[in-house]
Amino acid sequence: MIVLDEFCSSHHVEVSFVRSLEEHGLIETIIVNETLCIQGDELSKLEQIVRLHRELNINSEGVDAIINLLKHIENMQNEITLLRNKLNFYEEHQ
Amino acid sequence: MEFIDYYKALGVDKNATQEDIKKAFRKLARKHHPDLNPNDKEAHKKFQQLNEANEVLSDPEKRKKYDQYGKDWQHAEQFEQARQSQQERHRNEKFSGDFTEGEFSDFFSSMFGDMGGGSFRQRQTKFRGEDYHAELQLNLTDVYKTHQQVLTVNNKSLRITIPAGVENGQKIKIKGHGGPGINGGPNGDLYINFHIINNTKFRRDQNDLHAAVDLDLYTAVLGGEIIIDTIDGKVKLKVNPETQNGSKIKLKGKGFPVYKKEGEFGDLVITFQIKIPTNLTDKQKELFEQLSKLSPKK
Repeated sequence: MIVLDEFCSSHHVEVSFVRSLEEHGLIETIIVNETLCIQGDELSKLEQIVRLHRELNINSEGVDAIINLLKHIENMQNEITLLRNKLNFYEEHQ
Repeated sequence: MEFIDYYKALGVDKNATQEDIKKAFRKLARKHHPDLNPNDKEAHKKFQQLNEANEVLSDPEKRKKYDQYGKDWQHAEQFEQARQSQQERHRNEKFSGDFTEGEFSDFFSSMFGDMGGGSFRQRQTKFRGEDYHAELQLNLTDVYKTHQQVLTVNNKSLRITIPAGVENGQKIKIKGHGGPGINGGPNGDLYINFHIINNTKFRRDQNDLHAAVDLDLYTAVLGGEIIIDTIDGKVKLKVNPETQNGSKIKLKGKGFPVYKKEGEFGDLVITFQIKIPTNLTDKQKELFEQLSKLSPKK
C-alpha cells in the first residue's frame, strides 16, 4: 500500500488527476488512518495510466476509453486462442 | 553500428520546426507507445527510436550536432572520444547516477555519449522496462496438475508455478521479471507463452476430454461392464444394453482441471466404436443366421 500524496509526488502528477480516475471507476483508493492510499494491486494499473497521461497527454476520459479497448483486445486475443484450439480439436478428429 | 535517420523516424523533413517535431513525435508516440501495444516487441523498439529521435531533434544543440555529423557519424565518434577524454572528470561528477546502458542505439551513444544520456535522463519521464517473451513447451500430462518449474530467462533462474489447466497458446504474465526500467521506471513483465503438446490419446476441448472406446458387439448388444482409461487412471464403466455405434456418454469430472479453479474438472466424453467380429467360425455364422431370421426385416 502506498500513500496517494507520495505516489503523486514521485510520479509528478496531481492528486486531482488520480481522484478523477477514481471518479471514472478506473482505480480505487482507500482511506487508512484518515490518509488516502492506493493498494498494491492497483499500483501497476495506476502507473500505466500515469504513463499514458504524461507521455501521451491523454486525459482521464481518453485513458478510460483506452483501458476499455485494451481489455477488449485482450479478451478477443483469448477468444482467438480458444477458437484456434477448438479448430485444432475438430481438425484432429477428421 | 547503423546510422539512424531521426528525421525519417519522425517523418519530418530537415527544415521541420520545433513545433513540427513535437507534433510528429506525439502523433507517432501515441501509435507506438508500449502500453498501447502490449507484447509487441517491434512497437517497443520503434517507441525507443522515436524517443531517441525526439531527444535529439527537440534539442537545438543536439540537433545541430546531428545535422553536422549525422551521416558521417564515425567522425562524430572520434570527436566524441576526444571530447570525452578531456571531460571525463566532469562527466563522472555530473552523471554518477543509475543510467542504464544499452537502452539507446549504438548510434545515439556514439553521437551523444553519456552526456546525451545524462541530460536525457533528467528530462525524460520514467520508462517501463522491456517486456520479455518466453515460449514454454509442456506435455498435456504436465499441466494436469499444478507444478513448479525453474526457467532460465536472460541467464537468470526463475521458479514459477504453472497452474493446472493451462491452455495451448495461453500466455501468463509474471510481473516485474522483464527488462529493467529506465530512469528508475518499473521493470517490464515476463510473458510465457505455453505450447502444450498432447501426449495422450485424449482430445482436449477446453476443460473437456474426448476419447473413442472400442466396444465388442456382444457387450454393445447385451450390455455389461468395461474398464476404460481416463487421464487419471482406469475406471469401470457400465455399458447399457443395445448401445449404438457412435453413441456418447459423459463422465462428469473426469476431464481436465479448470484453470485456476482448484478441485473443478471438465468432463470426459466417451464415444463408443462398436467392433464387428471377424473370422467367424461356422458355428458363429450359423447362430448369426438364426438370429437374422428371428429379426424383423426392414
